[in-house]
Amino acid sequence: MLDASGLRYGVAGQPAVLDDVSLTLDAGEWLGLDGVSGAGKSTLGHLLAGHLTPQAGTVTVDGAPLPRRGLRPVQWLPQSPELAVNPRWRVKQILEEAWTPPDALRDAFGIEPAWMNRFPQALSGGELQRVCVLRALAPGVRYLVADEISSMLDPLTQLALWQGLRRVADERQLGVLVISHDAALLNRLCSRRLTLSDGRLRPPKRYGAPPATAPGQSPASR
Amino acid sequence: MLQIDDLSLQLPYYASWWRRQWAEVLAGVSLDVRPGEVHAVIGASGAGKSLLAHALMGLLPAPHRQAGHLTFKGQPLTAARQRQLRGRELALIPQSLSALDPLVRSQRQVRWAAQRAGHTAARAPHTANQALAHYQLDERAQQAFPHQLSGGMARRVLTAMAHVSSAQLVIADEPSVGLDPQQRDRVLNALAALAREGKAVLLISHDLRHALPIAQRVTIMRQGRCLETAPAAAFEGDGHALTTRYAQALWRALPDNHFTSPVTQPAPHVA
Repeated sequence: MLDASGLRYGVAGQPAVLDDVSLTLDAGEWLGLDGVSGAGKSTLGHLLAGHLTPQAGTVTVDGAPLPRRGLRPVQWLPQSPELAVNPRWRVKQILEEAWTPPDALRDAFGIEPAWMNRFPQALSGGELQRVCVLRALAPGVRYLVADEISSMLDPLTQLALWQGLRRVADERQLGVLVISHDAALLNRLCSRRLTLSDGRLRPPKRYGAPPATAPGQSPASR
Repeated sequence: MLQIDDLSLQLPYYASWWRRQWAEVLAGVSLDVRPGEVHAVIGASGAGKSLLAHALMGLLPAPHRQAGHLTFKGQPLTAARQRQLRGRELALIPQSLSALDPLVRSQRQVRWAAQRAGHTAARAPHTANQALAHYQLDERAQQAFPHQLSGGMARRVLTAMAHVSSAQLVIADEPSVGLDPQQRDRVLNALAALAREGKAVLLISHDLRHALPIAQRVTIMRQGRCLETAPAAAFEGDGHALTTRYAQALWRALPDNHFTSPVTQPAPHVA
C-alpha cells in the first residue's frame, strides 16, 4: 500500500500548497484526483514519487520509506513527455534506461521498432508519451502517478494509451493515481475519486455526480 | 469568407546528408469557413492541423511546395496578400505560448497588436485596455510579463491580441490545451463570442468533445487529408450520422461515450 500521511509542502511566505494531506493507494487500485489549476495536484504527485521532500509528514510504500536512490517504486508520468526525456538520447536509450521492455509490451503500446534510432524530437507528442509510460513500467515499480498524461492526445490515442496501461496495471497489480481535469475520464478509469482544493483533499464535489451525459448521448445536444 | 480548395503541401526532409526528398503533409484539403461560424478542424497529432493554420497565414518555413487555391473574401489569398492581411484581417491565436514576447508586459503586447491593425498610437492603449478587460484580465495581469501569467491568462492575452486586430478570420490553434475546465470554457466561449460578432473562426483542436458545443461544423483530418466535414449535430448517439469510420471511431472513443475503439478490444470498465 502507498501511504501518505500528514503531507505539508509550501513556499516560504505564502500559504502552504498542501496542508496535512493524507491518502492511501492500494495495489491494483485506480484513484482519480482533480482540482483547479494551481491546487497542488502535481506537487502532491511529486511528493508521492519522491521528487520533492515533504516539509512535514511521510510517504511509505508497504511501511517502508521511499528509497533515496535507485529505481523508485512510485513512478511519476509527466504531462509533457518532451520535457521528461534527454533530447540528446535516442529513443532506444530513453526507453531502456531502467529496463528492457519485452516486445509484446512494445506492441501493446504501439511502439514501433523504427522509432528506436530516432531522437525524441522526431516523435509526436502521443508517440513520445507512450515511450515515457512504457519506460516507467520497470519490474520494481509498484505505483504510478499519471499527471494529465492524455490531455493533449486525440480520443483514439488517449484510449490506446489507457488500454495499454490498464493491461499492465492489472497484470502486475500496480496502483495508479490518475490526475486529470477530465471528469468523464476519471469516472471511466477510477474506482475512487478525490478533489484537491485549498491545500486539502476532499471527496469530489463539483464533478461528483455521475457523468452528465449518458453513454451515447451527445454533449452538443445538451 | 475563407475557401480552401484542394490544398496540398510538401515539406523537405533529408533522406541522407545530401539527398533532399519531399514529404506530403497536406493532400487535397478542401474546406470553407463562413462568417459567423466556428468551424472546427479535429485530428490526431501529426494530422497536419497546425500546418494548415500556418499555410493559411503564410507562415511556413521557406523551402516548401504548395498547391491548390486559397480564397479570402472572394479574392485569391496569395503570399503577398497574406503578408498584407496578417494581423489585420487574418489573425492566428498560436498554439505555443512562446509566441508572446517574454520581455514585454502583456498590455504593451496587445497595444502593439492594435497598432499593427491600424489603430493610431493615441487610440491603441485604450483599445488594448478594453480588450484586456473584455477577457477579464485585471490590472495585475496587464502589467505582468508572460512568465508570470497562468496558462489560461496567457491564452486570453493571445485571444485579446486577435480581438483588437478586428480580424475577419480568426484561426485558433489548440486554444484549450492544458487549461482547467473553467479556463477552457472561458477561452472557448470567447471564440464563440467572436463568431457571434460575425467573424469566421477556424478552431483547430484534438479535443473533439469540447469543440463540439461551440462549433457549427466539424472537419475531421487524418494524415494530411480531410476525411469528412459534418455538422456538429451529427456527433450524437452512436455516430451513425457520420459517414467515415474514423470519425465514428473518434466519437465513440470519448470517455463520455463508449470509450472503446473498433480496432482494439473493448476497453475495461471499472465503474
